[in-house]
Amino acid sequence: MIAAPENPILSVTGLRKTYGGRHSLMNMMRGTPARRLVALDDISLSVGRNEVLGIVGESGSGKSTIARCIVRLERPDSGTVAFDGQDVWEARAQGLRHIRRNMQMIYQDPYGSLNPRLSIARAISEPALVHGLIGRDGVRPLVRELLDRVGLPQSMAELTPRALSGGQRQRVAIARALALKPRMIIADEAVSALDASVQAQILNLFSELIRDLGLSMIFISHQLSVIAHLADRVAVMYLGRIVESGSTADVFTRPRHPYTEALLKAHPDLEGKASREPALAGEIPSSYAIPAGCRFNTRCRHAETACFASDPPPTAFEAGHHAWCHVLPDLKGIDAT
Amino acid sequence: MKPPPPGITESAWLRLNKRAVLDRRWATISLYTGIAITAVIAALSLAAPFLGLRDPLATDLMNALAPPSSEFLFGTDDLGRDIFSRVLHAGRIDLVFGIVTTYVSLVIGLLIGALSGYFGGIIDTIIMRIVDLVISFPFIILILTIAAIVGPGLAGAYIGVIAVSWALYARLTRGEMLAIRRREFILNAETLGYGTPRIIFVHALPNLLRANLVFSMSDIVLNILTLAALSYLGLGVAPPTPEWGEMIAQGQKNLLNAWWISTLPGLVIVLAGVGFSLIGDGLADRLDDSGR
Amino acid sequence: MMPHTPPPNPLLDVRDLSVGLTNRHVAFLAADRIALQVKTGQSLGLLGESGCGKSITLRALLGLVPHPGEIVGGHIEWKGRDWRSFSHREIMKIRGKEIAMIFQDPASCLNPVFTIGDQTTETLRLKLGLRSKAAQTFAADLLDQVGIPAPAERLRLYPHELSGGMRQRVMIAMAIATEPDLLLADEPTTALDVTIQDQILNLLARLKERTAMSMILVSHDVGVVAQNCDVIAVMYAGRIMESGPARDILQAPRHPYTRGLLAAIPQLRVGAGRPPLKTIAGLPPNPAQLPQGCPFQPRCPSARPECRTIPVTLDRNLPGHGSACPFVN
Repeated sequence: MIAAPENPILSVTGLRKTYGGRHSLMNMMRGTPARRLVALDDISLSVGRNEVLGIVGESGSGKSTIARCIVRLERPDSGTVAFDGQDVWEARAQGLRHIRRNMQMIYQDPYGSLNPRLSIARAISEPALVHGLIGRDGVRPLVRELLDRVGLPQSMAELTPRALSGGQRQRVAIARALALKPRMIIADEAVSALDASVQAQILNLFSELIRDLGLSMIFISHQLSVIAHLADRVAVMYLGRIVESGSTADVFTRPRHPYTEALLKAHPDLEGKASREPALAGEIPSSYAIPAGCRFNTRCRHAETACFASDPPPTAFEAGHHAWCHVLPDLKGIDAT
Repeated sequence: MKPPPPGITESAWLRLNKRAVLDRRWATISLYTGIAITAVIAALSLAAPFLGLRDPLATDLMNALAPPSSEFLFGTDDLGRDIFSRVLHAGRIDLVFGIVTTYVSLVIGLLIGALSGYFGGIIDTIIMRIVDLVISFPFIILILTIAAIVGPGLAGAYIGVIAVSWALYARLTRGEMLAIRRREFILNAETLGYGTPRIIFVHALPNLLRANLVFSMSDIVLNILTLAALSYLGLGVAPPTPEWGEMIAQGQKNLLNAWWISTLPGLVIVLAGVGFSLIGDGLADRLDDSGR
Repeated sequence: MMPHTPPPNPLLDVRDLSVGLTNRHVAFLAADRIALQVKTGQSLGLLGESGCGKSITLRALLGLVPHPGEIVGGHIEWKGRDWRSFSHREIMKIRGKEIAMIFQDPASCLNPVFTIGDQTTETLRLKLGLRSKAAQTFAADLLDQVGIPAPAERLRLYPHELSGGMRQRVMIAMAIATEPDLLLADEPTTALDVTIQDQILNLLARLKERTAMSMILVSHDVGVVAQNCDVIAVMYAGRIMESGPARDILQAPRHPYTRGLLAAIPQLRVGAGRPPLKTIAGLPPNPAQLPQGCPFQPRCPSARPECRTIPVTLDRNLPGHGSACPFVN
C-alpha cells in the first residue's frame, strides 16, 4: 500500500479481480477445471488531492483493469473503492451521481472514444445536459468554454470526429471529461496512440489542467518518461500486483525492486548506446498461470529460495516508498538531476 | 487536378489522379444509377392505373401468345393479357411487399439484436437460440402454417416473411453491437451514468444502422422472390391478380414458343434487384465513417 | 553456413525516390525525392511521425507499394545495379533472400492456421532449396539463434500459442534464415512491451554484429532509433529533412523539425519543477495539401517568406550531416 496521503480523494483497498476460465472441449472431457485469469491480486493504493498518481506496467499487469474497477465498469471480486470517503460500488442514486460526476476517464484510442455520429458540440455538452448541470441554453457557452480550455478552435464545434486528427480527438475527449467539472480524471494510456509532437501538446494540457483546476489524476502508462514527467507518485505493477510504489523521484532514482530497475534500464536512452545484455530476460508469464511465490521469480536475476516459497511482504523505505521483494538487492536507477 | 509537385513526372501524376478519381466516380455512379433504375420502376408501377394501359385482367384470346410489338410492348400471355400492363400493375404489389417486409423486419430485428448484444449473458443466449431456430426452420412449413391460420392471400405472405426475416437482422445487429459494445465511447457513456435506453438508442443504434441498411437492399429483392415462390405455390397472390413471380411461373409451359411471358417479367425483377444492389453499394460507401 | 563475401559498397543507394499514393480520391506524393544510402554492416534509422512516409519508402525498396500507388520517380541501386535492370524473376529472388523484411505486428504476419515450423521451413525450402529434414533442423537452429528456448518443440506450436515477443523472434528467424545483406524493419517493436522491445532490439544488434547485416529501422520512437542506428534520417511529409550520424543528429540537430521533435520528447528524468515540454505548434501535415516549398513552414519557428519559394530538398552531402533547411544552422 502506498503511504496514504492525508485525506486521500480516492482509496482502493484489497482489490481482486479474476476472469472466468476458458472452457476448452479437451478440458471438459478430461475434467480439468477451467483456468482463471488473475487480473488483480490484492491491490491497494490511494490518490491525494491535486496529486498525480502514475501506474506503470506492461501487458498483464492489470493497470487497465484497475481503472475499470474504479469507474464502475467492471465489478471487482473483492475489495473496496472509496471516492471522497464514499464506497463507489455501494453508492446509489444521489451518491452514485455525485461519484460519476466527479470521476471521469480518458481512454487510449482517440478514434474509439468518440461516437462517430455525434458532433463535437453534442459529444462535449451531452454529459452536462444529461446530468442536469445545464439547460439547453447552457450548451453553447459550455461548448465555447471547453473548446477554449482544451485549445481547440470554435469552428470545430459542428464537425464530427471523422474530420479530426488523433490529437484533436483526444482533446475533445478531455473536453468531454471536463464538462462535468470532475475532481479526478483517470487517463488510461491517454497519450500512447499519439505522435510525439502531439503527445507533448496533450501532456502540457494535462499539466495545465491539473494546476489550474486542482485536479487529481491517475495516469496509467507503459511509458516511463511520460510518467516521470507528469506523476508525483508512482505504482509499478506486475502481473496483478504492485511491486513498488512511492514518489516518482524516489522510485526512479533509487528503485528497490528488480523489475523497476529493469523497466528503467529497458527504456530506450537517447544518450547511451544499447547495452550488451537486454535489461530483462524471459517472457511475461501468462496471467492464467501466475508463478508461485514472488511472481517475478521466473525472470529475476536475484531470485533466491525464499522467492519461490512465498509472496514477499512490503518493506517500507523512506517517505512512503515501499517495495515487495524478499531480496531487496542493490539496484541502479536513473541519475537524479 | 492540382499541378504535379516537383519530384514526379506529369504523366505519372496524371495516372495517379485518374486512379484516385475512379474510386469516387464509381461509388457515385453506383448510387445514382441504382436510384434511377428503382425510381423508374417504382414510378411506372405506382402510376400504372393512370397510364391508360390495357386492363391487366382483360383476356383477349384472339391475341393470345403475341410476341412483343409496338402494340403489345411485352407481348401477351396465353390468355391474351397484355404483359406490359401486368408487369407494371404487379410492380405495385411486389415492390410494396419487398419494401414493407424488409423494413418492418429490419426494425424488429434491429431492436431485438441491439438488446441481445448489449445485455449479453442469458438474454443474449436465449434470443440467439430463438434466432437460430427461426432461421433454420423450414421456411415453407412456417408459411403454410401461418397461411392456414390467417387464410391464404397477401396477409399471410406478409406475416410469414416478416416472421422469418427479422431474425437475420437480429443476428446482424447483434454482431455489430458486440463490436461496438466495448468501444470506448460506449464505455464512456456508461461511466457517465447514462441510462441504458439512452446508451442503446442515442449512442449505439445510429452506429448499427449501416450494416442493416446495406443488407436490406439485397433483402428487398429476396423478399420479392419469396413472394414469387409463394404465389407459385398458391399462397400469396392468387391469380388472376398479376404478380411478377406468378407471371414467370405461368409462362413456364410456353417457354419455348412464347419466351416473353416468363422472360420479360424476370428481367424486370433482375433490373429491380440490380437497382437496389447498386443503391446498397453506393450507400455502403457514403455511410462509411471509419475514416481514420 | 556459406562463406560470406562482403558485397560492394554502398549496398543500397537511393536517389530521388518518389512514391505516389491515393487516399480518399486524392493523389499525393507519399515519398518525395528520397535520398538514402546504406553501407554494409550499417544500420540506418528512418525516424518520423505517422504519415511521414517512412513505411511506404521501405515498401518501395522491395517494390511492394500497394496499388493504386506506385513508384513515380528516382533510382534505386542494389549492390551497384540499377533496380530497373533487374528482371521480375531476379527481383523475386532478391526479396526474402538478399533483402528481408519484418513488420510491426507479428500476429498478423504469421498465418494463424499453420504451425511456425511449417512457416519457417517453407521459407527455407523455397529460398534455400533445403529438403524437408534439413529444413526442420535448420529451422530449430534458427529459432535457437533468435533466443527461443526449446526450439524443436516450439516448431509445433501455432502463432496464437506464442507471446508477442516470441512471434517477433520467429519473424526475425524467418528473415535471417537466408543471411540477408539487408534487413528492413518496419516498427518491429512498437507493439511490444518495453522489456520485450529491449530484448528484440538487443537481438537485432547482436545479429547485425555477427553477420555484418545492414538494417534499415523505421520507427517513430526516437529512443529506439537513437540506441540502435549508426545513421539517422529524419522524415517529414514524405521528405528527408535531415540525415547524418546518429550522434550528430541527436546532439546537434540542424533542422528545425528535428530540433522541435527532440525537444518535445519527455525525458526519463526527475527533478524539481518539471517544466512544460517544448511543443511543435500546429498539426501533423496533410500530405495531400502541402504548401509550396518546405512542408514544415506552417509549424516552423524560424519560417520566413523564402521558405515558400525555395525548392527544399536534402542536399546529398554524404557521409556528412545534411539538413534540408538552408537557413537554420
